[in-house]
Amino acid sequence: MNINTTKIISLLFFIFSAFYLYTAYQIQVFAFDENAPFNAKTFPIYLGYAGLFFSGLKLILPDPETIKVEHKNLEYKKTAILIIIAIIYGATILKIGYFLTTSFFLFGSYYFLGERRWILMFLLSFPFVAAFMYLLHGVLEIYLRDPFLKLIGVMG
Amino acid sequence: MIEGILIGLSTALTLQNIFMVMIGCFFGTIIGMLPGLGPMTAIALMIPITYGFDPATGLILMAGVYYGAVFGGSTSSILLNAPGVPGTVATSFDGYPMAQQGKAGKALAIAAWSSFAGGTFSAIYLLFLAPSLSKVSLSFRSPDYFALMILGLTAIAAFSSKGQFLKAMMMVVLGLMLASVGQDSLSDITRFTFNNMNLTDGISFVLVVMATFAMSEALTIILKRNDPTAAAKQVSLTELGSIKIDKEDRKKMYKTIPRSSVIGFLIGVLPGAGATIASFLAYGMERNLVNDDEKQKFGKGSVNGLSAPETANNAACSGSFVPMLTLGIPGSGTTAVMLGALLGFGVQPGPRLYMTNPEIFWSIIMSMYIGMVILLILNLPLIPYIARILAVPKNYLIPLILFFSITGIYVMSFNNFDIYLMIGIAVVATFLRLYDFPMPPLILAFVLGGLMEENLRRSLLLSNGSWEFLWDRTLTLCILLTTVFIVIWHIYKTFKKKN
Repeated sequence: MNINTTKIISLLFFIFSAFYLYTAYQIQVFAFDENAPFNAKTFPIYLGYAGLFFSGLKLILPDPETIKVEHKNLEYKKTAILIIIAIIYGATILKIGYFLTTSFFLFGSYYFLGERRWILMFLLSFPFVAAFMYLLHGVLEIYLRDPFLKLIGVMG
Repeated sequence: MIEGILIGLSTALTLQNIFMVMIGCFFGTIIGMLPGLGPMTAIALMIPITYGFDPATGLILMAGVYYGAVFGGSTSSILLNAPGVPGTVATSFDGYPMAQQGKAGKALAIAAWSSFAGGTFSAIYLLFLAPSLSKVSLSFRSPDYFALMILGLTAIAAFSSKGQFLKAMMMVVLGLMLASVGQDSLSDITRFTFNNMNLTDGISFVLVVMATFAMSEALTIILKRNDPTAAAKQVSLTELGSIKIDKEDRKKMYKTIPRSSVIGFLIGVLPGAGATIASFLAYGMERNLVNDDEKQKFGKGSVNGLSAPETANNAACSGSFVPMLTLGIPGSGTTAVMLGALLGFGVQPGPRLYMTNPEIFWSIIMSMYIGMVILLILNLPLIPYIARILAVPKNYLIPLILFFSITGIYVMSFNNFDIYLMIGIAVVATFLRLYDFPMPPLILAFVLGGLMEENLRRSLLLSNGSWEFLWDRTLTLCILLTTVFIVIWHIYKTFKKKN
């Protein structure tokens, strides 16, 4: 039997809704609220059933417009690299600071997307981030914690 | 009302706010031109910056971005036959053939003047309609609001899903589920946090918008090997031709603009409809209304065919503000993003906004008009140059979008958990987009989730747990019947299409 991906997504959503519904029933409400017409778990319970209903319908009804995605034409490698760079960026931003991590994130992203104009890559990373930081910090007064700039005495 | 208009004008005409409209229009035009990157992405990227300003200024900036993005979408439709936003698809039917005939400048001028006129007319309609509707909506009770939210969500699912109603409804449910994470507003009981302190306050609205639009848009472009800037490289500064509109063409526009602005505005007011449906309807209506000679020109560079959708899509943009400003219920994905931003400012839109924050209410309306003027006098002559800016390679564009998304989240929470969560949601959204699961219903549901639960809570508590509140009041019943009608009509349309 050939199952299309939309059906698989619907099945996953069905399972997710079942899990959501189970978790909704587990929400601990105050004793005096247990039999109230509405408490903290009422709305989530309805949502869980709604999720089961719509994904269940999508699963059982025929799909007139099947979406076909040509996986061999998709650029998985570059997308995955970008996601990994973004995760590394998220992991290091607090420890190293906004300026260095953001600049390296931009520089690395340009590089992995195939850019090789080094001067332009540099200009659109380090000076660009410095200018943006000035806009946030100096103009909009949004404080950005930056241990690196603090260490070299640029930021107080 | 006069007092309100003056308050709005004095707020909107401060040097800072005029500058914000200009920046918004300019930035919005650039983003709107890029196929795939619509007003929602443009506004989403702007939200973190707006939090540095007061609510009126922040909203004025976002309104400028909105109009700029719609205008930018028209430009790429005319010059490149690559509509930047769905609302400008109908513009390309006659705009692009006109550009092919060497009249790109004229086509851009017709689009700009039609947008300006459409926006102006609808700003006037809004000016008179919004305060009256605010007064009417004061009589709305919790069951009416709850029913209205169901209607809004059903309508956006029906209209934005390209025949995939169930997929859109699944996205609605997912949006509501995401909104339910965190503390319950009344009892403070935590839900779906799995003992993670970072989720106690719920998932940030900006995070969800950035993840499902800006970031997943960027990932989709890379994944599908699209290059939204490729077509812009073909734009020539010397081949646009004159931007003058001759007398005969002006005459045609005089008839088209008023009727298209009315249809655009009315469609914009309806929940879930918006600029795309408005522009197609106006185009179709115009083709039926013109004489046979003019009818032959449709699709080959007709002035009426270009003017009608352009007028309607801008009128619809203003119209979509009506439910947001008067009822506090956004009618479209874009106004849902703006509503979320308003809530972030601590401002609750709705019938009382008109009385409690008149400077916000009126300055938004006034800034719409100022935005139109700025688009006309600033963007029209600059379009060829703006189009040149778009020749930025995607190797730079994509990292910059990711940078703005991540920075936007980081400056709001200074917490790397939010960055991971955003990446996770963006990956799921990118995958769902591949299979045509629409994102606007998810955003609208996410924004309305808290309000919907609140109104259901009140309704059920007042009726002692009985669901009779759904048909007790005529207004509630009418709204629910409209919802049922939309669902039945949609099912009928699907079956008809299938046969």
